[in-house]
Order: sequence, then C-alpha cells, then structure tokens
Amino acid sequence: MTQILSPLPGTFYRSASPGTPPFKNDGDDVAVGDVIGLIEVMKSFHEVKADAVGKSIRFLVDNEDPVMAGAPLAEIG
Amino acid sequence: MLKKLLVANRGEIAVRIIRAAQDLGIATVAVYSTADEHALHVRLADEAVNIGPPAAKKSYLNIEAIIAAAHDTGCDSIHPGYGFLAENAMFSDAVKAAGLTFVGPSGDAIRLMGDKVSARIAAAKAGLPVVPGSTGRLDSIEAARQTLTQTGFPVMIKAAAGGGGRGIRIANAIGEFEQAFPQAAAEALAAFGDGGLYMEKVIGRARHIEVQVLADGKEAIHCYERECSLQRRRQKVWEEAPSRALSSELREELCASAVALAKEVGYSGAGTVEYLYDDDADRFYFIEMNTRIQVEHPVTEAITGIDLVAEMLRIAGGEPLRLKQSDVTVKGHAIEVRLNAEDPSKDFAPFPGTIGDLHIPGGPGVRFDAMLYSGYQIPPFYDSMLAKLIIHAETREAAMTRLKRALRELEIGNVKTTKPLFIALASDPSVQAGDVHTRWLESWLNDNATALAG
Repeated sequence: MTQILSPLPGTFYRSASPGTPPFKNDGDDVAVGDVIGLIEVMKSFHEVKADAVGKSIRFLVDNEDPVMAGAPLAEIG
Repeated sequence: MLKKLLVANRGEIAVRIIRAAQDLGIATVAVYSTADEHALHVRLADEAVNIGPPAAKKSYLNIEAIIAAAHDTGCDSIHPGYGFLAENAMFSDAVKAAGLTFVGPSGDAIRLMGDKVSARIAAAKAGLPVVPGSTGRLDSIEAARQTLTQTGFPVMIKAAAGGGGRGIRIANAIGEFEQAFPQAAAEALAAFGDGGLYMEKVIGRARHIEVQVLADGKEAIHCYERECSLQRRRQKVWEEAPSRALSSELREELCASAVALAKEVGYSGAGTVEYLYDDDADRFYFIEMNTRIQVEHPVTEAITGIDLVAEMLRIAGGEPLRLKQSDVTVKGHAIEVRLNAEDPSKDFAPFPGTIGDLHIPGGPGVRFDAMLYSGYQIPPFYDSMLAKLIIHAETREAAMTRLKRALRELEIGNVKTTKPLFIALASDPSVQAGDVHTRWLESWLNDNATALAG
C-alpha cells in the first residue's frame, strides 16, 4: 500500500473543473505521472501526480476539502 | 453616523476598514472562516463571528451567514472591502433588504457598471471617450464582423460579464477572429453564466490610469489619478500617484470626465474610473468603473491627505459629501508596492508559510498596510497579498529613494515574497524614467526574473 501525499497546503479538487468527471475514480488503476487531482494554493492550481504505479486507488479526502502539506490524499495498492 | 459596522472581508483591507471605523467611534465586528481564527482583523475588531469553513464560497462569499452575523451582533451596516462580495449587486440588495446600510453604491449602480456593455454605453452618454469598438452587445458573428471595420486588428473580444482582466481574447487576423469569437461566447457562458460579448480595438502601448471619485448620490468630486501600468497577468503590482505622463490640461480633462460619469449614474460612495492612456496619440479612453474601494487607494490618500475609507463610512451614514472639489489638492508623489507571498524567481509560485522575524520599515512618508505579525500562519485558501508598502515624498525621485530605503529595512522572515522584484524595479532606468506601459513588466520579467531570488 502506497500513499499519495499532498505536495502543498490548499484545497483539493478531484476534477479539472466543476461539472467535469474526476481524474480518477475509486478503484481505478494508476500509472506513474497520472494526474489524480489538483491543489489550489492562493488562487493558483497545481497538478498532483502519482509517483508510483498502483492498482485500485482509494481517495482519503473529498473534493474541495482543505488539506495540509504532506497530508495523505489517496492510497494505491 | 453609523453605529456598528460589520466588515465582510479579511486580510489587510479588513484591518484597514476596522481602523477607519474605530477612528470615527464606530464599533466593529469582524467575520472569519475557521482558517482565519488567529487573523489580525479578528484580534483588532471589537467582536468577531465565525461564518464558516475555509472555502471562500462557504464563508466570505456566504451572503446568508454574513447578514445573520450582522443581525446577531446588532450591526447597522456592512462594508464589503474589495474582492469577495464587494461588487456583487445581489449582496448590496440583500443588505438593504435586511434593513442594513451597505457601505457602497446601490445594487443597480453595481449592475450598471458590472455589465461592461452597459458601462460603455453610460460612459459614452456622459461624454467619455471609449475605446473604438462595438456600441452594444454583439448578438451574432455577422454584427461582430461589422465592428471590425472600426477596430481593425488586433482586436479584443471581451465578455460583458467579465472584468479585472478575466474573459478576454485577442485576435490578430480574420482567421483567428472567426475561430475565437464562438469560443469566447461559449467560454463566457460557462464562466459567467452570460455569453454576451463586445469588442474593442487593442491599444498597443498604453498606460493604465485611473481616477478616484467620491460621491453622495447627488454631488461628486475626484481625488486625482493613479497610474498602475506595472502589471503582471493584468494584475497591478506597483501603483503611483500622480501620473507623470499627463499634462496638467489633460489631467483636468481626465478627472472631470470621471466626475461626469459618477454624476451620470447617480453614484454614491468611493469608486474608480479606469482608463487606457495612449502616449503616442496623447489620448485617454474609458475602460471600466470599479464600484468599490481599491487595493491601491492609499497612494491617493498620501497625496491628498484624504482618508477615503472614512469618507465612505460618512457617506454611507447619510452625511452629504464634506469636501468640495477645491478642497482637494495634490502634495508630492506616492508609490505603493504589493508584497505577495510568491517567489518571483520561480514564476511567482505561491509561498504559504509561517512568518518568522518581522521588521516593518518606518520614518516619515512610510506606511505599511498589512495583516502580518511574527508567527502568523498564512492560510493557502485566499489571495497571496500580504502587505502594501506605501511611500510618500516631495518628488517622484525622492519617493524612489525612500522606497529603496524602506525595502532594505523591511524583513518578512521565513517566507518568499515579491520584495526582490521591487528592489530591482526601483533601480531600473525605465521605471525611474517612468517609461513603461501595461505590457512592459512581463517582457522585463522574461529577461530578469531568474535574478530575483531572495
């Protein structure tokens, strides 16, 4: 089990914009470099990418939740 | 006079408004999100109310929660600051409907100026020169093609509901135009819920010059102009007053036109009429009116000695305009720089963190508007602006020297800020000569940004 951590403090988004499908759904497989979400920091947006390959991603925070730097965002098997 | 004011904002502007109200003997109520529990505006206000979680739309944009907080604390008035709900006509209406005083213009005035097409029409009616372009909304691409005969290329396609640099596309030739126009309509609809577009000629090298107005619904005066040509991504970073580009004749004409617009729309409160100034043609064009107090208002306060926020509170309290036009005079030169929590050497990457040692510059002609204290944790959820350094001196040259001195004194420990940018700009020959335009800074940054580590 590997955790994907937030690189920055801010607000976590599961999709590129409201109304578009999430980058990843619970249960999806993940390749290195896949975007799994966005962090908004002071009105600028930063992609969160998986740095390891994994199966069946499970998100630990909800869309639009505030997160701290280093907070676990998701787990991959 | 107002008795108890709720300040519907955060950061340095909330601090600024609370101070102005307390100086007038008005009790103050701060509102805050859970991320701002330890913010300076919460400490300084007489009372404070938690209005929700960190996300702005659940707290600082939550009209219901803000009005409920005003009622619960017995307030008679609400000041919106800038940003958040400051130019939201529905908020102005809702405050009034709740039996409270909104410190700012009516919902109708905000709507009129917020719609960039109706603002252009009102400005033309008041006799202001507008940038050549469409007279109203463009309902079809055929009508837009007709407008091209007046604008030529390049042309700006703008969203009627946009503003502040958002919702703008530029087309350089007919092929680009044919593609961009329908895309801009779709984007405007998605972003603002209103697909209405208008078009304006692109003024190649222009300065951004704006006029501060004060009005009470009947009378209106101006407090002279500010020049804000140093911008990055259409956001101002450095502002001055007065502008050295204008002759005294053109200055009088420009300022009189802003007063004419304020009177035309029956404006009340503090407002700013924004213009582009074309150096080569020695002409100015109206672009938009902002119906709020602006970030850069302190440079006007420095050169005129007027407390603009206090005047807003007096006008909202029902007093007629205290100042006559002849009471407003200019003394010296002022410069403001915006210190943001961003690393200018790394493409202005945001830098939230905890403030270490804090040393604030002082002495005559130095003002520092901020919400900082040592140990303050900058929340990542809001704007990156931490502080404004405002310098006043007898001449522009003396203000530049004083700015460099104050920047050397300033220490905001532990976080990256835009301070190195201003140290470099204050020593730059083009900035010293005032030989800049609205796109000057971005090209300067292409050559100089990597040297701005600090």
